[in-house]
Amino acid sequence: MLKRLVKSREMILLSAILVLLVLISTRFPGFVAPANMANVFNDTAPLIILALGQMVVIVTRCIDLSVAANLALTGMVVAMINTMAPGLPIPIIMAIALTLGAMMGAINGLLVWKVGIPPIVVTLGTMTIFRGIIFLLSDGAWINAHEMSASFTGFPRAVVLGLPMLSWIAILMLGVFFVLVTRTPLGRSFFAVGGNPHAAVYTGINVGRTQFTAFVLSGALAGLTGYLWVARYAVAYVDIAGGFELEVVAACVIGGVSIAGGIGSVGGVLLGALFLGIVKNALPVVHISPFWQLAISGSAIIIAVAFNARANRTQGRVILKSAEHAT
Amino acid sequence: MTPTARQIPDRLTTPAQRLFKSWEALLLAVAIGIFVLNSFASPYFLNVWNLSDATFNFTEKAMIAFAMALLIISGEIDLSVASIIALASTAMGAAAQFGAGTTELVLIGMGVGMLCGAFNAVLVTIMGLPSIVVTIGTMSLFRGISFIVLGDGAFRGYPESFAFFGQGYIWWVFSFEIFLFAIFAVIYAVVLHKTNFGRAVFAIGNNATGALFSGIRVQRVKFILFLLTGLMAGVAAVCLTSRLGSTRPSIALGWELEVITMVVLGGVNILGGSGSIPGVVIAAFVMGLVTFGLGLLNVPGIVMSIFLGLLLIGVIALPRLWAQLAARRA
Repeated sequence: MLKRLVKSREMILLSAILVLLVLISTRFPGFVAPANMANVFNDTAPLIILALGQMVVIVTRCIDLSVAANLALTGMVVAMINTMAPGLPIPIIMAIALTLGAMMGAINGLLVWKVGIPPIVVTLGTMTIFRGIIFLLSDGAWINAHEMSASFTGFPRAVVLGLPMLSWIAILMLGVFFVLVTRTPLGRSFFAVGGNPHAAVYTGINVGRTQFTAFVLSGALAGLTGYLWVARYAVAYVDIAGGFELEVVAACVIGGVSIAGGIGSVGGVLLGALFLGIVKNALPVVHISPFWQLAISGSAIIIAVAFNARANRTQGRVILKSAEHAT
Repeated sequence: MTPTARQIPDRLTTPAQRLFKSWEALLLAVAIGIFVLNSFASPYFLNVWNLSDATFNFTEKAMIAFAMALLIISGEIDLSVASIIALASTAMGAAAQFGAGTTELVLIGMGVGMLCGAFNAVLVTIMGLPSIVVTIGTMSLFRGISFIVLGDGAFRGYPESFAFFGQGYIWWVFSFEIFLFAIFAVIYAVVLHKTNFGRAVFAIGNNATGALFSGIRVQRVKFILFLLTGLMAGVAAVCLTSRLGSTRPSIALGWELEVITMVVLGGVNILGGSGSIPGVVIAAFVMGLVTFGLGLLNVPGIVMSIFLGLLLIGVIALPRLWAQLAARRA
């Protein structure tokens, strides 16, 4: 039991993060102060929320590259609603964001489930379509802080019990997804579909429908993050969170989610997102140009996936030695 | 032979019938339709120089799409092509600062492209990693290196003769790029459809294990395909850099999407195993005509991307929905 725990991917990742923190703190002790760590967590919260949704999608052997565009579109819509009806209470805004995001996820899911188009093609397409729709809606204009109501922008920053609401929502989602993935039939069916779709059919699981549900969940979280993102940065325009989908996939891959489906955990995803978040926040502190960020997360993806592949290699019996490489 | 013997045709459909029912024929009809629509929609469309300018919309992307088509047919994918352009262009820019001549610049651009392709190839074929994740990673890595080198700056000051590759004309309205496009189209069509190597690519895409057992060196073929894709991205980088005359790290941003759309629109199965180069060629023209026509109508680029996204999903969805409908009726 202990041996398994030590060898688990989460522990290795956790120690990598700790080593990283120790290295930074030797020169910049202020970085690991609790207050700053809370800031880093808050800054990483959108990534954590999106990566949770992406995890269930990847576990069912799909991929959702439209999350960032979904986020931006939902963010723009709720910002426009807010400028038109500033009195609308925040819970209703959040409900709208969740529903709108879920609907966009459902479009992806339906195209995968009912039409049978490969997920990467569907979401590459919807990614550009969603971004284009933002432009059509906004005419390319920005919605700035002074056009939004104070309660709209204030909600994610409101501090409750020492942490901003944004952090609390990420923590809530971590809890919800932990229960969903490990304690519910739906959670099991995600893994069953990803592990072996044919076997999943024989156990009575509707593969397409499970993948559809995963897309709806991912879309709903992207929608929710859309509101939080726009409110936190107090600006909405066409290109917000551009390229963020890659960071989300990176967080999953670094967190040990297998791109081939069937493997992944909430803890891993949390650590994967935190790793990227810490790197991003540490770069300016250690006086490295923020332009390094992209190359570092790219290298982290490659190293993580190489590492994951090595860990999973011994599965199954090798019948013919060279055939192993063919798949 | 008895007189009662029935004639059994050795083919159920004639080659002509198959040609008319093929994806390429449908695509060609679409291309002609768009062409006619465009010439009605804008008085500026039917002008040889305007049409010649329009070819720059797709020639560079199409060069990558040829190699990408082979790669996708073999069951792999390369999402890093646009980032390879960025890195190759950055390398050329840096070399130009040190006074490299045109020949050196072209060699550097193609060489860096090939090195990037080799890097992907090693990770996928030798280390056995899934190409989609590897190339998502290298997509960040290659462009990231470009950002490290350039930051928010840019490289300019390319030698004057270097401008030929992106701005030069060989004969009348035919640019150097469209010639290069045509030459590569022929080369890739011959390689894919007329050589053993091409057969191996199809065999691997349909059944990699089966291909291995029939004596095809699966990993070596895939290695070559990644190398070729990198090389073509390097060639595209030379043309694009020469055309723009400057290098920024955001150069060719989002091109991987357009290249893949072109390949899939050309009838290549995204899951591997089938596809053709003539299809990709027609798809390149379709995409070029759509973006050019919309541009003449003053449609902003981001709205065009809606059309491209719909096109990508539509061309895959419609035949499948049609087949589903036909199956239900039968």
